[in-house]
Amino acid sequence: MKTIQDDFPILSILENGKRLVYLDNAATTQKPLAVLNAVESYYNKDNANPHRGVYELGARATKAHEDSRGIVGDFLNASPDEIIFTQNTTESLNLVAYSYGMEFLKEGDEIVLSVAEHHSNLVPWQRVAKVTGAKLVYLYPDAFGHLTEEELDQKITSKTRLIAVAQVSNVLGIEIPVASIVRRARKAGAVVVLDCAQSVPHMPVDVKALDVDFAAFSGHKLYAPMGIGVLYGKKEILDKMPPFLTGGDMIGNVHEQSSTYAEVPRRFEAGTRNVGGEAGLAAAIGYLNSLGWDNIQAHERDLMTRALKGLAEIPHLTVYGDLSPDKRHGVIAFNVEDVHPHDTASLLDSDGITIRAGHHCAQPLMEYLKINSCVRASFGIYNTPEDVDALINSLKNVRRWMGYGS
Amino acid sequence: MDLKALYNQIIVENSRASHNRHKVDHATAVLEGVNPSCGDDITLELKVSDGKIKEAGFTGTGCAISQASASLMIDLVTGKSVEEAKELLSTFYGMIKGEITDDDQLEILDDIVALKGVSHMPGRVKCAVLAWHTLEEALDGRTESTGCNDGHS
Repeated sequence: MKTIQDDFPILSILENGKRLVYLDNAATTQKPLAVLNAVESYYNKDNANPHRGVYELGARATKAHEDSRGIVGDFLNASPDEIIFTQNTTESLNLVAYSYGMEFLKEGDEIVLSVAEHHSNLVPWQRVAKVTGAKLVYLYPDAFGHLTEEELDQKITSKTRLIAVAQVSNVLGIEIPVASIVRRARKAGAVVVLDCAQSVPHMPVDVKALDVDFAAFSGHKLYAPMGIGVLYGKKEILDKMPPFLTGGDMIGNVHEQSSTYAEVPRRFEAGTRNVGGEAGLAAAIGYLNSLGWDNIQAHERDLMTRALKGLAEIPHLTVYGDLSPDKRHGVIAFNVEDVHPHDTASLLDSDGITIRAGHHCAQPLMEYLKINSCVRASFGIYNTPEDVDALINSLKNVRRWMGYGS
Repeated sequence: MDLKALYNQIIVENSRASHNRHKVDHATAVLEGVNPSCGDDITLELKVSDGKIKEAGFTGTGCAISQASASLMIDLVTGKSVEEAKELLSTFYGMIKGEITDDDQLEILDDIVALKGVSHMPGRVKCAVLAWHTLEEALDGRTESTGCNDGHS
């Protein structure tokens, strides 16, 4: 019988002579044949520069570009003209920082972030604060990794003009209370920027139901190629924003001394686009839809339950954040006592198990947790109970390999 | 190679050894070296006089490879002239980059040959090199380290 694993050619390679156990899905995911074939098919049959050629091939390239936009729009429950293609989440968030933050924030305004933000949703806001004189205010999670109502009440005030938060932390894997945050943002008159990089691979995200103003994600964490990302923005907000990058294809008319700009979303898509990547992203969304969210979520919940149970049975091992499987999405961060995360990762690598070690581009969170770094295992649709067992069995030996008794 | 072979007795023991973990009184050079991508962070202290490294010590935290490398390096360079230390540095870099593989040439590194396997692990080179890079900068009279940044986490 054909399995999900059969759809992913890379899963059949050997690592250090062992079966590849790929558990670094929060960093990037592997790509199914449906995606690889879609990219190849675009370049084999439809490639030209979209929006330029008057010939039929150019029209097919334009169609591939705009069809992909429609598929991404449906995926987020947004209209196609609210979907901007970028390189990745980082570029999407920078677009909002430069074209909204730099333009509309001023001295005395407050930008609210969580201390758990990935650097890509933190450093751009530091730049905005520095240039505009706005102030950064941080939300701190409780001991289980949750943002409490009290914390939200305290930090989101009448001065708040923008709230930029990850829907799911790339370290803790815990979903934040988006509805509570949006409700307060509306009262304060603030916009909400939702970093969905770690949420879209694990749950349906409906931007209309969430009522966020912006949402960003990367294709490569959603089984699509690297180099294609998405920014959703509410049409009425995008309409009043100036361009981010300028140049070809984002213009209305260009004269020697001035230019007018194209309508949204093309205003924000300067230069030749990554249409092959867009076709791959559309195919990845189609592939996930064919599996169905109910199946994906049930499967990933089973993996999470098995992993958390196995980790809890290993002595001298600390898991960060809430330990209940239904509170977590895809990610478990932990440390083995007395063993540096990079040593743990290298030892697991020798068993063919790929996990991430380091600060996970979330240094302020590491400081807050009072650790230098940690190990992170993260799951995707093709992981199996055997993958989880391989992780647990290998971890059981780490301290012994490092010269500790148990 | 089997990566576990790298975690040999010499590395595991020296990563926890305490005899070089200290500050140096009247140090002539104190330099912090950091690997931003993994949080390895050591401060190397040296007392250099008459062209010789009279005393050396380090403080800080990091992975077994970075800590063992720092301690073994201090064992090796203490009492050596600055010139000799620089020769050891270039031999060590040669070994880690896989450019020097000849055992006779590597003999001057003594126990540090235990780190030879790192040359097959691109992801861990910066761990092994941190202390040496910091030593090189300290001997060059720098007061601020440039770190061994690979720019990513």
